[in-house]
Amino acid sequence: MSKSDIWKDAAAIEAAIDTMTERLRERLERRGIERPLMIGIHTGGVWVAERLHARLGLAEPLGHLDISFYRDDFSRVGMHPQVRPSYLPVGVDDRHLILVDDVLQSGRTIRAAHNVLFDYGRPASVTLAVLLERDGRELPIAADVAGFEAGFGADEQIKLSGPEPLLMLRARRGVNPIR
Amino acid sequence: MTTPNPQLDAQGRLKHFLTIDGLSRELLIEILDQAEGFLGVAQQAVKKVPLCRGKVVANLFFETSTRTRTTFELAAKRLSADVLNLNISTSSTAKGETLLDTLRNLEAMHVDMFVVRHAESGTAHFMAAHAAPHVSIVNAGDGRHAHPTQAMLDMLTIRRHKPDFDQLSVAIVGDILHSRVARSQMLALRTLGVPDVRIIAPRTLLPTRVEEAFGVRAYHDLSEGVRDADVVIMLRIQRERMNSALLPSEHEYFQLFGLTEERLSTARPDAIVMHPGPINRGVEMDSQVADGRRSVILEQVTNGIAVRMAVMSMCLGNQHLGSQSQEEATHA
Repeated sequence: MSKSDIWKDAAAIEAAIDTMTERLRERLERRGIERPLMIGIHTGGVWVAERLHARLGLAEPLGHLDISFYRDDFSRVGMHPQVRPSYLPVGVDDRHLILVDDVLQSGRTIRAAHNVLFDYGRPASVTLAVLLERDGRELPIAADVAGFEAGFGADEQIKLSGPEPLLMLRARRGVNPIR
Repeated sequence: MTTPNPQLDAQGRLKHFLTIDGLSRELLIEILDQAEGFLGVAQQAVKKVPLCRGKVVANLFFETSTRTRTTFELAAKRLSADVLNLNISTSSTAKGETLLDTLRNLEAMHVDMFVVRHAESGTAHFMAAHAAPHVSIVNAGDGRHAHPTQAMLDMLTIRRHKPDFDQLSVAIVGDILHSRVARSQMLALRTLGVPDVRIIAPRTLLPTRVEEAFGVRAYHDLSEGVRDADVVIMLRIQRERMNSALLPSEHEYFQLFGLTEERLSTARPDAIVMHPGPINRGVEMDSQVADGRRSVILEQVTNGIAVRMAVMSMCLGNQHLGSQSQEEATHA
């Protein structure tokens, strides 16, 4: 943690989540979606999703997704040490889902999350909301709603720390590796 | 303590899973935590994760088993590995092939993991010592020595009901002398910090110096031994022991060591009752207890799949790591 600095402080993040809430509300209205199901990706995505879920006043409980069992780098790095059980309180079949993550970079987490979701059922649609959409995409995946959009150096890592307060930290690769 | 643990790689990660002996509390907790994650897979519409796609697991059971073999098979399949079930009684071993030749031939078929059960103690260690560097061995029971995945599924079952290992009294009842399950359980319980582990058995079915060796207390009276226990683990009595003069008769064993509601009344009111299966009803325990509200016997079976998924994926995931560190992982 020694070489990391704060990229966005708590106030900036809360404001960005307010903006995300409004954009999601508009998007849902435009598409005529009344009862979306929100699912956060462990760990940072769940923190962001908890706030969006409360601000949108969604009736159904928030789902949690752990993508460790669906990662594409298992044969290179082995089991991820901190696996939490996925928790989907309501069936996803024919439901409109809002998938929430903290940082969209390579797109590999979202690829894995799609595979998890489709092993639970066949959703009607998936909307992707991320706190930060940054450079470095390796797969054809884009966010529908993003709190921040920014580019960084290839060796720069942005990590959300939380759950309270939420801070976005910037570090050089190797100093403070993102999970 | 200079001999390296044959189950671990140079970084202390699980390569084989042969015995609880020598594993740290942290590693046992890691196995339980991973298993906890895998329990959720059974809730999915598609009860499968792609983690071990392309890996080949061979079930090598030299001793018969239904529950252990099928749960290992299901665990491998839920990890998306391909599974070979070798029926040893009709295979080359019956034609005289040695264990080492069986191993070499299956390695030539690019098997990544062997799950081995054998009546001889030490078989899994022997195979681990001779296996190719990229191959993992999982012990599914060797002689009287160890049955580590059974012990870990029992620990997971206990933890899901009684989360604080360092507050527990656990009683293990039955044929401790011949039981690889009991050995692995005693080691796991002590490693996880359970302060009070009791073993309850007729004198003929207790190994000598077991109290000192495992840090447990021995009892010869069931009601006395389960007094205030949080967990009561029953062991299977193998019927063949009845013929070897170690036990008088099934009936007499049940009279003295069979678990009934009445005998259980000295245990804590919220005590759970476990059994690795298959149960001999009316020998180790009464049906009332086996099917009663305290019995978690079927949960043990479910937890067994998750624990085996955890152990298999940890071993398989570590195979190609070499000296590479976790830091190289980026997955944002």
